[in-house]
Amino acid sequence: MKSLAELAAIRDKMKDKIVLREGGEVTRIVVGMATCGIAAGARPVLNAFVEGVDREGLNAKVVVSQTGCIGLCQYEPIVEVSEPGKEKVTYVKMTVEKAEKVLKQHIQGGKIVEEYTITAAQK
Amino acid sequence: MKELSLNVLDIAKNSVKAKATLISIRLEETEETFTMTVCDDGCGMTEEILRGVIDPFCTTRKTRKVGMGIPLLKMAAEQTGGNVSITSRHVDSFPDTHGTELTALFYKNHIDFTPLGDIVSTVTTLIQGSPEIDFEFLHTSDRFRVTLDTRQLREILGEEIPLSSPEIIQWVAQYLGEQYANLSNN
Repeated sequence: MKSLAELAAIRDKMKDKIVLREGGEVTRIVVGMATCGIAAGARPVLNAFVEGVDREGLNAKVVVSQTGCIGLCQYEPIVEVSEPGKEKVTYVKMTVEKAEKVLKQHIQGGKIVEEYTITAAQK
Repeated sequence: MKELSLNVLDIAKNSVKAKATLISIRLEETEETFTMTVCDDGCGMTEEILRGVIDPFCTTRKTRKVGMGIPLLKMAAEQTGGNVSITSRHVDSFPDTHGTELTALFYKNHIDFTPLGDIVSTVTTLIQGSPEIDFEFLHTSDRFRVTLDTRQLREILGEEIPLSSPEIIQWVAQYLGEQYANLSNN
């Protein structure tokens, strides 16, 4: 059974790790979480990124965050990936499966998943 | 929305936008009813805005002039025979007691009642998105009680560790998940 006491242990374990993220540029994964995004299925997509980043041990260099409506509701769930020094990539109509692929191929492998981008969707 | 927990997430996001420091989410069940209350200490709404808030063409978003959050919730509640009520105290008139309280009543046995779905995911998503805000979550019936209060977590974790850390989010998911799992075992 999870207890509050267990949190104290997690805290002690985490203290050293926190310093690592300060300084150094990070990759940002931003998920649209307004009404349009939520209704289209953004919540599991966000969770897939949060869990995936943790699972792959990328916490020091990747931050997953949420934003409001980007104004492209028909393309939700939308995920934007910003890597330091590179142009922002916008992924559209995301799913948990697509999130896993973006994590693996783009975030870890450095190669944009072209077929999921808004550029591909608008063709 | 496919799950009621998605409406909860969407409505609580309004409190986030209202710059609340504490958001309280209470789900209360009886044999026949499901009541959801989202209460915050945010900036509140003026009477004029409050009157218009049920209207889909009233929104705070800048990108479009349509807001569907409350209309969607109202529809989900009313299609079960229930309703939505909102009271609000705007910061200009109530500098010390400002905030908004929204209550939605559903009749569970109605065929159009949307199941709650993954409420744990809603709570973790809110904490992940707004680690600086405190959330009080309470889901009760005469048979069970599931709770989480981020103020308690913050007390243990201190200032240095953000609640949005994956380790903490995972702990919250398991903590709530186990409370729900124990219910179904009993």
